[in-house]
Amino acid sequence: MLLKAGFSRGTMSDIGIIAALVVLCIIMAILSPTFLTVTNLLNILQQISIISIIAVGMTFVIILGGIDLSVGSLVALTGLVMAGLMKNEGVSVWLSIIIGLLCGCLLGLINGFNVAQIKLPPFIATLGMMSLARGAAFTISGGQPIYTLPKPFLEISGKIGIVPIPAIIMILVFLIAGYVLKYTKLGRYTYAIGGNETASILSGINVKLYKMIVYTISGLCCAISSVLLTAKLDSAVPVAADGYELDAIAAVVIGGTSMMGGEGKLLGTFIGALIIGVVNNGLNLLTVPQGPQRMVKGAIIIIAVAIDVIRKTRQSEK
Amino acid sequence: MDEIILQMKNITKKFPGVLALDEAQLEVKKGEVHILVGENGAGKSTLMKILAGAYTKDSGEIYFKGEKIETLSPKHAQELGISIIYQELNLIPYLTVAENIFLGREPVSERIPGQIDWKRLFDSAQEILNNLHVDIDARAIVKSLGIAKQQMVEVAKALSLNSDIIIMDEPTAALTRQEIENLFDIIRRVKQKGVSIIYISHRLEEFSEIGDRVTVMRDGKTIATLDIKDIKMDELIKLMVGRELKEKFPKIHLDIGKDIMRVANLRRGDVLKDISFSVREGEILGIAGLIGAGRTELARAIFGFDRIDRGDIYVDGKKVNIRKPWDAIKCGIGLVPEDRKGHGLVLTLSVRSNITLASLDGISQRQHINLKKEASIVKDYIKKLNIKTPGHEQKVASLSGGNQQKVVLAKWLLSKSRIFIFDEPTRGIDVGAKIEVYHLMNDLVKNGAGIILISSELPEILGMCDRILVMCRGEITAELKREDATQEKILYFATGGGKYVA
Repeated sequence: MLLKAGFSRGTMSDIGIIAALVVLCIIMAILSPTFLTVTNLLNILQQISIISIIAVGMTFVIILGGIDLSVGSLVALTGLVMAGLMKNEGVSVWLSIIIGLLCGCLLGLINGFNVAQIKLPPFIATLGMMSLARGAAFTISGGQPIYTLPKPFLEISGKIGIVPIPAIIMILVFLIAGYVLKYTKLGRYTYAIGGNETASILSGINVKLYKMIVYTISGLCCAISSVLLTAKLDSAVPVAADGYELDAIAAVVIGGTSMMGGEGKLLGTFIGALIIGVVNNGLNLLTVPQGPQRMVKGAIIIIAVAIDVIRKTRQSEK
Repeated sequence: MDEIILQMKNITKKFPGVLALDEAQLEVKKGEVHILVGENGAGKSTLMKILAGAYTKDSGEIYFKGEKIETLSPKHAQELGISIIYQELNLIPYLTVAENIFLGREPVSERIPGQIDWKRLFDSAQEILNNLHVDIDARAIVKSLGIAKQQMVEVAKALSLNSDIIIMDEPTAALTRQEIENLFDIIRRVKQKGVSIIYISHRLEEFSEIGDRVTVMRDGKTIATLDIKDIKMDELIKLMVGRELKEKFPKIHLDIGKDIMRVANLRRGDVLKDISFSVREGEILGIAGLIGAGRTELARAIFGFDRIDRGDIYVDGKKVNIRKPWDAIKCGIGLVPEDRKGHGLVLTLSVRSNITLASLDGISQRQHINLKKEASIVKDYIKKLNIKTPGHEQKVASLSGGNQQKVVLAKWLLSKSRIFIFDEPTRGIDVGAKIEVYHLMNDLVKNGAGIILISSELPEILGMCDRILVMCRGEITAELKREDATQEKILYFATGGGKYVA
């Protein structure tokens, strides 16, 4: 009893989802002999890198008390911009990537501007952007994919030794974002604004500025993710990353971040993304068809969050 | 009259790390107004939540109308005849009064099953309201009513449930004097119907006016149950805090220095009309007035939270341009807002983060926060202000009202404020913590700060302030010196009796 009281709610919550991840891994290992091999585990990291980088930005936005539905479309649009520049316009690979990242920032900033300055509800602002960006992706590409991209670009989806580069980039993004959330004013203010916007304004925080920065971060994360996706597929297509917003939100909420804002952790998001990744990977190894796969994923989201909610309700009732 | 309707025996309740109730006792007679007092954290609310079925007890026995009750859920408690009116009212703002009163029990049409019989709904609700002698239209949208009337809707709802016990948690905290009178009339009327009221309050002066008996709680224990007419206020306070409080208002007299802030011709729509005044170093300037007189609006306008139409603010004789709270904070102004939880604190954050929220620039290099330095500063303030918290990483949400107020204050001390606007700083906090807040105010003025104290409690204004401004309908109607001020004079000017400047 004493020991139990010693754990803060946060620690308990982390242990809960880590336990869930471990159980999932054990089940998968029993069902499929190939699951627990180094190659496959590194494979999982590679597979989750795209979603989990988007989920990093989404974590910021949700802690801020918002939501970003436009992430999938931003991935597609920035991917086409980069691919188009390097393939059709003869711009160098690195410059194309930088322009792509800036493009992601700009689109995120527009979301932020609409939310912070115009005071649109985040759901609406980003829902609009979701359609706008997707439409723009179709328009600038004429609906056609751009493929066979320059070699140096494709190397981004390669490996250093046995470690996939996307996994390394993902871990770097998590580390930097983790630092920002914990050690910077930006991070602190993100929690504060999500927790109580009025009190934040009354404490002198430039709430509008920080809201815009956070949505810009989300846009940047989309663009980084887009680099990995485009390099992996060796093509940019206007339908790319369709529905990724749902996977990203799922990773964030499975990770225990509150949709009400003000609370949440990146470690949770990472584990949430891992859970989704392990399920996807495991079901693929077991050659489960798409239909049941999606059903399992949906059920896991509901169960994971339900367990969290039930535990929290019990705690507050005690 | 002497029939015992409720007995709670040896009720114990543990929360992680805290013993909230330690064999607490409560006995309520039929048709009495039973007052429950104690400092914050004494266990009053926990005891009432157990009675209302919101919490479950760890041990102890409850007897209601002579029968032992084993388990209680909120619904079960309501069916038994126990209603609770929380401080944060539980009404649905965009439904009508009648719909709120009969929520979940709407009369159904006999012809079409499942359809609400609106006529009967409104008629029965109106009847209940009329019986209470309150002037509320059953068809009014709850949101459009003031807090006082909303409270009466809650009372009406409790009555419509045929409650035998109505628990009221600090019902007068947000009411004006007149509204309090009305509420007391209603309580007396309800009492005559044989309904018992358990009344939680911090306002000692109300007790003799409305109460029959009082139960004092401290540290989760029941200290005593007494007849109101047999007890003196001093004794009651002593029982509550467990020690003698020498003075209710520890006023100190200082040499008052030069103007620290001056406000000239401030105007904001109809809310603030040509407000001019100044605060001096070492001075506590009181602002009295009825609710809606524009006092909170004045605080918000000075602090840059609301836009002003015109007017100038001078700090240390220099004109300053305050357009947002950040500007005000830079000028050394700190606002301790009326709505502590809604405006003063970020409840999801820790004590540490709340204290440093307005001062992160000072402990950061560019964006990087020096967490070590932050922790040591915060520890200092926790010690200095005697904030009772298990540690600086504790979420402020779990602190008591008085300690939360200290966290807000610590935030402004850390941001080096010299002009403090306290908006109802002692609302909803207990006697002991109130005096601590007064001592903190004294410490501030001793160090040369200037304080604007906005309060609806006239004894507090009279007890603590050096000078008093009275506001009425957006105007300053009087400026009174401490020596000249009386409750009657303040009320005269607050109710629009006239204008007077000393």
